[in-house]
Amino acid sequence: MTRYMLSVYQPAGDPPPPEVLEPIMRDLDAVNQEMRAAGAWVFAAGLHDPSTATVLRADGDEVLVTDGPFAEGKEHLGGFTIIEAPDLDVALEWGRKVAHVLTLPIEVRPLKFDTH
Amino acid sequence: MVSTTEIEGVYTREYGRAVAVLTRVLGDIDLAEEAVQDAFAAAVQRWPETGLPPSPAGWLITTARNRAIDRLRREATRADRHAQAALLHAGHDEPDEELAVRDDRLRLMFTCCHPALATSAQVALTLRLLGGLTTAEIARAFLVPEPTMAQRIVRAKGKIRKARIPYRVPDEAELPDRLRAVLAVLYLVFNEGYTASSGERLVREDLCAEAIRLGRVLVELMPDEPEALGLLALMLLVESRRPARTTGGGDIVLLADQDRTRWDRALVAEGQALVRRCLRRGRPGPYQIQAAINAVHSDAPDAEETDWRQIVTLYDQLLAMTPSPVVALHRAVAVAEVDGPAAGLRLVDGLDLGDHHLFHSVRADLLRRLGRTGEARRAYDAALTGAGNVAERAFLQRRGAELGPS
Repeated sequence: MTRYMLSVYQPAGDPPPPEVLEPIMRDLDAVNQEMRAAGAWVFAAGLHDPSTATVLRADGDEVLVTDGPFAEGKEHLGGFTIIEAPDLDVALEWGRKVAHVLTLPIEVRPLKFDTH
Repeated sequence: MVSTTEIEGVYTREYGRAVAVLTRVLGDIDLAEEAVQDAFAAAVQRWPETGLPPSPAGWLITTARNRAIDRLRREATRADRHAQAALLHAGHDEPDEELAVRDDRLRLMFTCCHPALATSAQVALTLRLLGGLTTAEIARAFLVPEPTMAQRIVRAKGKIRKARIPYRVPDEAELPDRLRAVLAVLYLVFNEGYTASSGERLVREDLCAEAIRLGRVLVELMPDEPEALGLLALMLLVESRRPARTTGGGDIVLLADQDRTRWDRALVAEGQALVRRCLRRGRPGPYQIQAAINAVHSDAPDAEETDWRQIVTLYDQLLAMTPSPVVALHRAVAVAEVDGPAAGLRLVDGLDLGDHHLFHSVRADLLRRLGRTGEARRAYDAALTGAGNVAERAFLQRRGAELGPS
């Protein structure tokens, strides 16, 4: 089995209003349940706004601290799900479901270490 | 005595099959390629003395497998995790019985043309793994520097391995989409061969031949897929005209002006038989329709006797399936033959294809036939701006010059 990270990329700016967001989150939850039932779900998390991020950079013996995300952009990582799947086709199938629910781009990327 | 040519012939025919079987046995494309290359190196040493074995493919696959396992055993003792995994994998399968399984090349085709790979990577991998072309050859064919092509292939193989792109024929639900990708790759290789997008020569015969060879393999493996038959028929019919398509000096000869006695009759007959065979199945698709259009051309003893009405009808069908301005442009050419150049021009002028050189070249020809010389000249100039290869450019310049001084 390979683990994959399904990353959600969302546009900068305010999230949609609750009446839009709620049904989406309900559908997302259903997909997460489906993943759990199939034994594919490993971990999932939504991230706070990029403005809450702090970046650390090693500089000789010092570590510099800066306020804000590593990269400012029109889109940012909004959350991710780690799944386990036998191959990319299965992982893409889960990714497709998430993309369909969120209507946001989903990046599917393999994690480095397989679980056997 | 076995000649080098004979061994090269075996290489061309069997490379893809051997890599496909070994990929399944070893579970890794790089190991499979290495093993098959080892086996060919052994064949070059042995066969001139021993003669060709009864089944060259079987000999190659068995030799490749044995050498791969020997090598893996050596490496596995050095605690190479990768080698151990491959060895474990190789233990499961006996390659001899696998020889009977013809599906391996099909699996490999679907892996190479997986939608998670960019089209340029799909094309490169297909030519490399199934066609046995070297990286240098593929780079030359697509006019890309060799290091760029090498990197493209290494990355694609890395993605297959790391992201676990599966090695299997897709199930029925996915098959239509996935097959479309395989067909598109073969057609792209063929087209690049037929009208090289840039460079000196109009045709790169080697790419056409390779696309047709792989098209035959696909039809052999999926005899019930009408679009696979359609694509093969289309390529054969187009290829049949190659001897008539350029002059000795390399200039383009238009379909209407071609010496049809120079068409390859065997290819025409094979292509037409395939068109009949696939259309009988009653599941038409874009490749079948394009093949049928080409079959109508092949039927006509000369340009005047071409059944253009039939061609317009077929383009109507094609346009309904794949509504694209380029198809509409081709349809307009056929309409011009049935209803005259003014009718064709009306259709062409309604298309949004301003940056396509073929659009300007078709317009130029229609304007020329309508006696609108000044506009025709400007259209030839516009077509020249976009045309890539030398032969096409020369043709457009010649046509423009034939209009006389401005």
